[in-house]
This record gives sequence, C-alpha cells and structure tokens, in this order.
Amino acid sequence: MNRNNPSLSKSRKTYGAVMNALMLAATGFTVALVVFLVLYVMIRGLPHITWELLSTAPSYLTERIGILPDILNTVYIVLATLVVVLPLGVGAAIYLTEYATNRRVVVAIEYAAETLSGIPSIIYGLVGMLFFCQFLSMRTSLMAGALTLVIMNLPTIMRTTQESLKAVPQSYREGAFGLGAGKWRVIRTVVLPSCIDGVITGCILSVGRILGESAALLFTAGFAHALNGLFKGLSSAGATLTVALYVYAKEQGEFDVAFAIAAILMMLTLIINMSATLVGKYFQKRKNS
Amino acid sequence: MRQTKNLKRTVEKVIQIVFLMLGLVTVGCVLLITVYIIISGLPAIREIGLVDFLFGKRWASTATPPSYGILPFILTSVYGTAGAIVLGVPVGFLTAVYLSKVASKRVKELVSEAVSLLAGIPSVVYGLVGMLVLVPAIRTIFGIPDGASLLAAILVLSVMILPSIVKVSITALDAVPEEYEQASLALGATKTETWFRVSVPAAKSGIAAAVVLGVGRAIGEAMAVMMVSGNVPNMPQLFQSVRFLTTAVASEMSYSAGLQRQALFSIALVLYLFILLINAVFNVLLKGGKKQ
Repeated sequence: MNRNNPSLSKSRKTYGAVMNALMLAATGFTVALVVFLVLYVMIRGLPHITWELLSTAPSYLTERIGILPDILNTVYIVLATLVVVLPLGVGAAIYLTEYATNRRVVVAIEYAAETLSGIPSIIYGLVGMLFFCQFLSMRTSLMAGALTLVIMNLPTIMRTTQESLKAVPQSYREGAFGLGAGKWRVIRTVVLPSCIDGVITGCILSVGRILGESAALLFTAGFAHALNGLFKGLSSAGATLTVALYVYAKEQGEFDVAFAIAAILMMLTLIINMSATLVGKYFQKRKNS
Repeated sequence: MRQTKNLKRTVEKVIQIVFLMLGLVTVGCVLLITVYIIISGLPAIREIGLVDFLFGKRWASTATPPSYGILPFILTSVYGTAGAIVLGVPVGFLTAVYLSKVASKRVKELVSEAVSLLAGIPSVVYGLVGMLVLVPAIRTIFGIPDGASLLAAILVLSVMILPSIVKVSITALDAVPEEYEQASLALGATKTETWFRVSVPAAKSGIAAAVVLGVGRAIGEAMAVMMVSGNVPNMPQLFQSVRFLTTAVASEMSYSAGLQRQALFSIALVLYLFILLINAVFNVLLKGGKKQ
C-alpha cells in the first residue's frame, strides 16, 4: 500500500493505516471465533463420546444415558425428508426452467420460495404442529417433523437444481428436439442427467439444515428417546440429535452428554461443509473439461 | 400412426400438468402457512383487544386473572436484534471487504470455508456454548446474580448473523466492476480509499441487503436465545433476564391451553408480520442492486 509514498498527506496515511488495521482485526476476530468454537466444543465433548453412549438407549433404571435412539431418529428424519422433498423440489425447478411460459406463474413461484426461506423455524414448527399433527392427525411423530422440514428445505433443493439446469447448454435440448424427441423424453434423457450436481449439492445443504434444526421439530417430532425401527419410528415421537442436545442441556442439566452430542454435530457439520465444497469443485472441473 | 401421435400429445400434456403442480406446491405451502398463522392468531387478539395485546406491559399467562401484554417481547426482539446488528455488522462488513479486496485467493477460500462452518453450526450448539461460557462470564465480569440476560442473547445473535452478513456482502463487493476501482486508482486514490470510498458505495444495496438478512436471522432465532436469555417476561434491560417473541412461543407451547395457547399463536402472527416486512425490504434492496 502507499504507506511510504511521501506525497500523501498525513491524514490520508492515517486513514489507510486505520482502515487496514480494522479490516485485519475483524477478519482475525472472525477466524479466531471459529477456531475457538470448534476447539472448545471438541475438547469438552470428545472425552465423553463413549461406545456405551453411542450404542445404547437411555434407561432410568440404571441411570444410563445413551443416544442411539437419537442418532437413529436423525437418520430416519433425514431419509424421510429427502425422499419427499427431492421429487417436489426437482419437479418445481424443472417446471420453472423447462416448461413455464407464463411470467406471472414464475414470479409467484419464485417469490413463494424466497418467502419460505425467510420464515423462522419456530413458525414452521407451529404450522407443522397445527397442520400435520392436529389437522391431518399424525400426532407428534417423526413423520410430521419430516413433512415440516420438507417445506423448509423445498426452496434449497429448488434453487440448487434450478441453477444447474440453467447451466445446461440450450444446444443439448435443441439437438434432442431436432432428432424428434418429445419434451418429456428430452427432460428425462438430456436435462435430468445434467442437473445431478445441483441435486446433490441441494441434498448436502438440506442434510446440514435438517441436522441443525431444533425449533421446528420440538413441537412436531417431540422428544422421546425410544428405540424403534424405521417404520415404527416414523409414526412415533422421537428426538433428533439437536433436540436431544437441547433437552439434555436445558431441562436435565446433563452438560457432558450435551457436549458429546455437540461434538458429534460439529464433526458432521465439518464433513457436510467439506463435501459441499468438494462436490462443487468436482462438477466445476468436469464441466470445464 | 395418428393415434400414437395423439396419445403422445396427451402424455406430454399430462406430464406438463404434473410439473406445474409440483411448481405450485411452493405457493401452496406459503398460502398454507399464512392462512394457518392468521386464522389461529386472530381469535386471541380479538378477545384481548389489539391495543392491550400489543402495548400491554405485563405478560402473566398463568396468573389469575391472566394478563396478555406482549410489549416486553416485541421490545426485547427489537432491542436484541438492534444490538446484534450494531455488534455483528461492523465485524462482518470489514471482514467482507478484506476477503473481497485484500486477501489472496487462498486466504479468501480458507476464511470463506470457516465462515460457512459458522453458518452450519446448529443453533443449539451456540446456545450450549453461550450457556456455559458467556453466561458465567457475564455474571462474574458485571457482578450480577444471573448472567442469563439480554446482553448474552445479543452476543450470541451477533455471532450467528456474522456468516449471512459476510457472505452477502462479499457477493456484492465482488460484483463491483473493476473499471470503477481502476479509475479511482488512476486518479491518485490509495487502494484503501478506493475500497471504502468507491467499491463500498457501489455495492451499498447489496450490503444493505446483507444487513436486512441479518435482521431476519436475528429476529427469527429461537433455540440459542432461549438457552442464554433467562426467559423471564421482563421489559428489556441489558442485564436482566428477558423473553423474545420467538422464545415466548417456544417456552409455553408445550403446556398451554385455551386463551393462553391462542395468545401464543397471536405472538407467532406478530412475528410472522415482522418477517414478511423484512423479506419485502430484502427483496427490494436486492432487486434495486441488480437494476443499477
């Protein structure tokens, strides 16, 4: 920077020095914050992750705490949400980029998606409770929680798919049309295979969001710790890892267990972020080559 | 031949309608949420009276006679959000300028990754760390009996909004045409002057959008705030236990009934209206930025 330029007035030099120092301090603070959070959670949590904790259900008789049911519930809810949200989100994206001709419909759908991504999770929780648990009488169950999360994650899947659809060269479609293929055939054989990167990115982002979600699940999926199979599990109430963390920390004061769960969640977050970056890079490379 | 052609056309038509339906699911969801929130939120407001509800200073839902004034929650949410913005925006903004203009490509990538991690950490983890680090620290530093306070919530929120502010600001700053900066440098401005007096003003609507997004995040956050704010319906004061709009809904929902339960839905309606307003401002800012 022009710090050594003698022609600069003193006040301009000071301005430059101060602003640069502030920027460095802010960035340093942000990085330090991330490092502190990760290290603190890991140091407090890792020693308490034991095989017994991971592989058992909690028992009041032996005063044992195990998080296996919570791990399974998380897996069930992730699977159920993705199974429902993928066709909806990908379908909506295909409609928007391939079919839509009416400008007003497009604007309405896009505005709706933007609105959905701004609604706080506690509102999703309330509406999920009123609509899925009470109106559709699914009671407090993992399925009701998963359906609530479907609405939350719809915009994510839609947006990532749409972005990769827009990157499919128009000439591919024209080529296929030129060979006499119908619209549906073009979508099935040309468009869908080339938007797979967007779908995968959307899935990774959604899994991250589902793992971190708690407010929307508290009233829709509840906080039971019973050990269930997939289908029994979906129809009964259950806590995911995040909800279990909240219950153990806030209601029961079991901070060691809470930190163990936090450390697991932190590792999962790291893995998810890294895989999102890697997937992005991988497909970028393939597209450029 | 003609028959297969007709069949094909029908199939295409049906498929198009199926995709249209899938597209409209999003719109349906928004309508569903809006209708449910309004229908379930209105009865209590009608019973309590709009003015008493919005401007009543006392919330005692389990007392006899109960009193349902949500002014403490509204003010707490507003103050808490404002506090988080005051602390989080300068840090996020300066970080974004550094990453967009100063940092090398490698540093930018690494720090962006760290910021994404910050965005991905579940809010209950923030709450947990806040509960065990911030709350005791506030108690000892300021010598108050309980550290669970508005201040603790503001600090947690300011960290939680950092990633949204950094990311949206970087996008806006990266989009500033290089010619602007070159012209400024050619006229004799230093690099720092160019970044802050040319690039930042050029990206101002994107940066404003980042701030509004931060406001939305902060006002909607429930769990982390619930764990550090003490959850007592006081009028907001920096060192007192407070309750936000979001936590007011979350904390009583599991055991509420009757008018108390309906009043909780009305609080959600108020929160929803805040969010719709913030979303509208956000969209206007982003679109305004694109038009320029």
